[in-house]
Amino acid sequence: MVPLSWYIILSAVMFSIGVFGFLARRNLIIVFMSVELMLNSVNISLVAFSHYLQSMRGQILVFFVITVAAAEAAIGLAILIAFYRNNPTIKVDEINLLKG
Amino acid sequence: MKYTLIPLLPLLSFIINILFGRNFIKDKAHWIAVPAVAGSFILAVSAFMDVLAGNVINLNIYNWIVSGDFQVSIGFLIDQLTAIMLIVVTSISTLIFIYSIGYMHGDGGYYRFFAYLSLFVFSMLMLVMANNFLLLYFGWEAVGLCSYFLIGFWFHKKSAADAGKKAFIVNRFGDFGFGLGVILVFLTFGSLDYAQVFGNAGSVVGQTINILGTDYDLITVICLLLFCGAVGKSAQMPLHVWLPDAMEGPTPVSALIHAATMVTAGVFMVARCNPLFNLSHTAMNTVAVVGGVTAIFAATIGLVQNDIKRVIAYSTVSQLGYMFLALGVGAYSAGIFHLYTHAYFKALLFLGSGSVIHALHDEQNMQKMGGLKKYMPVTYAVFIIATLSITGIPGLAGFFSKDEILYRAYLGGDTGKFLWLLGTAAALMTSFYSWRLIFMTFHGKFRGTHEQEHHLHESPKVITVPLMFLAVGAIFAGYAGIPPLLMEHGDRIGEFLSPVLGHPHGEGTHAEEMMVMASSVLVALAGWFIAHKMYVKNPELPRKVAEMFKPFYNLLFNKYYVDELYGKTIVQPVLKISDKVILGFFDAKIIEGIVNGVPNLIGAFSRKFRQVQTGLLSNYGLAMALGALAIIGYMIFMR
Amino acid sequence: MENIILNQLNYPVLTCTVFLPVAGALLLLFLRGDSLIRFTTLLVTLATFVISLPLLTDFDKTTYKMQFVEKHEWIPSWGINYFIGIDGISILFIFLTTLLSILCVLVSWKAIENKAKEFHIALLTLEAGMLGVFVALDFFLFYIFWEAMLIPMFLLIGVWGGPQRVYAAIKFFLYTLVGSVLMLVGIVVLYFTGGNTLDILALSALQYPLKLQFWLFLAFFAAFAVKVPMFPFHTWLPDAHTEAPTAGSVILAGVLLKMGAYGFLRFSIPMFPDATRLFVKPVFILSVIGIIYGALVCLAQKDLKRLIAYSSVSHMGFVTLGIFALNIQGVEGGILQMVNHGIITGALFLMIGIIYERTHTREIAAYGGFATLVPWYAGLFIILTFASIGLPGTNGFIGEFLILFGAFKAQKLYGVLAATGVILGAGYMLWLYQKIFWERPGPDYGPSGRHPVRDLGLREVVTLAPLIALIFWIGFYPEVFLGYMHSSVERLLQDFNLSAYAESQNLMAQLREIF
Repeated sequence: MVPLSWYIILSAVMFSIGVFGFLARRNLIIVFMSVELMLNSVNISLVAFSHYLQSMRGQILVFFVITVAAAEAAIGLAILIAFYRNNPTIKVDEINLLKG
Repeated sequence: MKYTLIPLLPLLSFIINILFGRNFIKDKAHWIAVPAVAGSFILAVSAFMDVLAGNVINLNIYNWIVSGDFQVSIGFLIDQLTAIMLIVVTSISTLIFIYSIGYMHGDGGYYRFFAYLSLFVFSMLMLVMANNFLLLYFGWEAVGLCSYFLIGFWFHKKSAADAGKKAFIVNRFGDFGFGLGVILVFLTFGSLDYAQVFGNAGSVVGQTINILGTDYDLITVICLLLFCGAVGKSAQMPLHVWLPDAMEGPTPVSALIHAATMVTAGVFMVARCNPLFNLSHTAMNTVAVVGGVTAIFAATIGLVQNDIKRVIAYSTVSQLGYMFLALGVGAYSAGIFHLYTHAYFKALLFLGSGSVIHALHDEQNMQKMGGLKKYMPVTYAVFIIATLSITGIPGLAGFFSKDEILYRAYLGGDTGKFLWLLGTAAALMTSFYSWRLIFMTFHGKFRGTHEQEHHLHESPKVITVPLMFLAVGAIFAGYAGIPPLLMEHGDRIGEFLSPVLGHPHGEGTHAEEMMVMASSVLVALAGWFIAHKMYVKNPELPRKVAEMFKPFYNLLFNKYYVDELYGKTIVQPVLKISDKVILGFFDAKIIEGIVNGVPNLIGAFSRKFRQVQTGLLSNYGLAMALGALAIIGYMIFMR
Repeated sequence: MENIILNQLNYPVLTCTVFLPVAGALLLLFLRGDSLIRFTTLLVTLATFVISLPLLTDFDKTTYKMQFVEKHEWIPSWGINYFIGIDGISILFIFLTTLLSILCVLVSWKAIENKAKEFHIALLTLEAGMLGVFVALDFFLFYIFWEAMLIPMFLLIGVWGGPQRVYAAIKFFLYTLVGSVLMLVGIVVLYFTGGNTLDILALSALQYPLKLQFWLFLAFFAAFAVKVPMFPFHTWLPDAHTEAPTAGSVILAGVLLKMGAYGFLRFSIPMFPDATRLFVKPVFILSVIGIIYGALVCLAQKDLKRLIAYSSVSHMGFVTLGIFALNIQGVEGGILQMVNHGIITGALFLMIGIIYERTHTREIAAYGGFATLVPWYAGLFIILTFASIGLPGTNGFIGEFLILFGAFKAQKLYGVLAATGVILGAGYMLWLYQKIFWERPGPDYGPSGRHPVRDLGLREVVTLAPLIALIFWIGFYPEVFLGYMHSSVERLLQDFNLSAYAESQNLMAQLREIF
């Protein structure tokens, strides 16, 4: 039996990688993947706790998260493509239309 | 109804002429104006007869303003004083209206001229017929308005436009005091009705009013405030500056408004308020001194002026000074008497000068006249009559009234004696400049252009006939008030006015009266003699004298630099402060600075603060992560 | 309900008056064609005027009570009612508003070509908003109207104004909004202290502690002083006036400026009598400064419309002076002078609009000699000039005299200082008249010049005629107008004198109580 703490550590490591990727990488696709990574790390911890507490709530929540993540990925990529058409770059530090 | 019609007829004439004059009536305007004012004259005579029969009319027509305990009505009072004023105003107006038919013939604004003149007569009649202070104020301001229109009648000339504006604004300074006086009268007496105010005048003697921490006698303050108005309207020192400039108006206007009627409104008002003035020694002395000083001050300026109308204008200021002198020494009826005689001979002088100006095609400089005697015999004759009258040659109107004033001044104690000296000196100068005017204009050789000489002619009948009528007035008007020395009970005008104005106090001996009379006749003759010497016998003399007393001559020629003084000390500083300090600095910099400064400050702060928004995804992410960390840290360590 | 008289007519006359313009504005949405729109708007404003006439004829002058009152529950849980009515203080403003609105339509006939439909909709909603302010007797309703009228005015300036219109519109909006927001805070405070009601009459009848009065007075003062506008809150006015289209300027001068002073009379004095007494002196000082300051600025002004705008500052200084004299003559003079100012300054802006259509310049120096070119115009202008100066026989005199009388009665020194404004007033108005109309005309505007000017047309004469008639009517028989206000003003002052602290109360003690 794998103890709960391992799952949580895994989840935390994955989340940290996601955060690092989100902050440090310049490629928008990778940034995007980092976001997915963070979501999935959360999913892992949810499932782990669900199993540990013998409750199905966490797993149901995970389904929602996956659905939302899919929708988000679809919209996000659509935006990305639309943006790329106007402004052929996918480097985040070159995208600063929201600069005040 | 009859009495209401007196002012309404001219008002009607004004309304018709101003509305329809331009398109329909045009050069027929006098067909409406002259009958209207003549009608007023006839009604005024009938009103005079009623008063002579002993009826004093006091009727209220309707309540004008009602607000709380403040009530004032539109109503007329026709007593002895008003009756005389009515006669003076309407008779002279009628003559001047007729004169204007000839004088203004062919002017583009013919209808406008008659409209304004009618409005003026209406206003003046309201002024003299009012039975309360506020209606008096109405007439007071309204004559000022007409004066503004008529001085600026030829408004395309800048000088005329300036003069009109100046007259109105200078008068406003006086009216400022007058208005405050009226308010103070109401606050003191609880009414503005003459009857009530004068009836209760005695009850406020000794009351004081606190102004900026000092107590002053209430009656004195009221009288002085009212007198401010008179100083403005009657062109006394120091507000006399507008009257000479008012000569920019057409000559009939100068005659009617700026000599015979409107400028005497101040005299009328002070006489009307005699129950108040009688209670204040200080106020009376002020009136007398202002009058006396103005009389001589204006006369000295008149000595050296070259514009024919300006000489007469200064003479008017000087004569008005005499009237105030009379009022100030308590001889109200003498003041009104002089007002009445002065109206005739001064109107005559002005209209005569108008006749001259007309003949010379708008030349007003006496240095370019001369020798007109043979071209304009009628004008010359009436000029001589008017001059004899104004200089006080026995037998003519001016003699009786002027002598009465000087005699009353002489009786008025030490101040009175001093004022009498001033008056007599002024009489000498009056005589000098009046004769100087005649000699320069009618004697010697013609000094104008050849072109002008060719066209010299006597004025048409419509101009000369009113002159003759006025000449009759200038001779005989004085017989209403023959001094007791010459005829027992001869002072009929004084007796007639005594119910309103009372009797002057103080009685002198026959010898004193004789002395005063003789001295004034003497100075009149002396003035003639000097003028004759300088301008007929020895035409080079004036220039030499002027050379000899150059600084003094310049001082007089430039009217003591009063206009310049006002310009430097009041007009220019006000304009400069308005433009540079208030508009340019305070409004634009300080207030707008604050108003625009607050948003600018917020804007500047925002400009700094918005740099936080880099637009870079990773920066936002970092902020989010740090934020999350902070919250977690708080949860762990702070709880 | 002893201090109101329910609507004495058998139809809701006030509601009809206020909402007819709104209905008209809605109707305009469905119309097409500029001239149709103009005619409809004219008809609507005329109808509003006619409907408001029974207010004048059926008004009971003998009572101070609110009349023609309509009261319906609106939001009962918050104690908010639809509560409207008028008394002797507000009735003349209804008349003024409905009258000026007609003239505004007439004067915009040719001047507004761009977006005519929107313009007229704005005009009608503006009229409704202004009428609403004067009739509302519930704070909630009042505040809605108060703010609602800002929007069409903002649009009038911002869309149809001159070159600097956007700046002016925003300045106008922000300025008034800042004041209004403080008033809103005051209203909320009143709601909670006054027992959860927004009924203006009920709230006026209560007594408030001095400290509360002090702060509430200041909160309301902020809104009203900006609207009047009192020195030093006046700088929005010249910009707004200068940039607004003629109709906007007329409404601004004629009605909008009156709301501040109306607010003083309706709210500040009855609700906060002790604070009012405390503020008499500061208001007097600001008023006198305003009078003289406005006049001096006029003397140095180069822009025609700005000059008249600054003269408004001066004239409105008289109004506040009169109101805070707190005696019958002062207050009645103040109210009358508000009406007068609406008439005179409104007419002056109409005149300027008319001449601007011909010359397309507001620079005074560009004019001169116009009396020969446009004699009828010059004639009417001189009437307005002298009415503005306060010549006896015109309405300006009655108002000014009563105000000076009241001020002098209350505080001699300020009466005297204010009276100097009369001299200065003559100075700048006559200077203006001379510059525009006298002397020789320039070459441009003569009959053979580049822009020959023509004299007044029939439409323009019709526009001006009622105002000119009112000038003389009030000048010679002011009782027609003063008569409406006697009872209400007497009552206002009576209440004030009853509820205010005795004057002997030590000022320092009062201040200590406040701070």
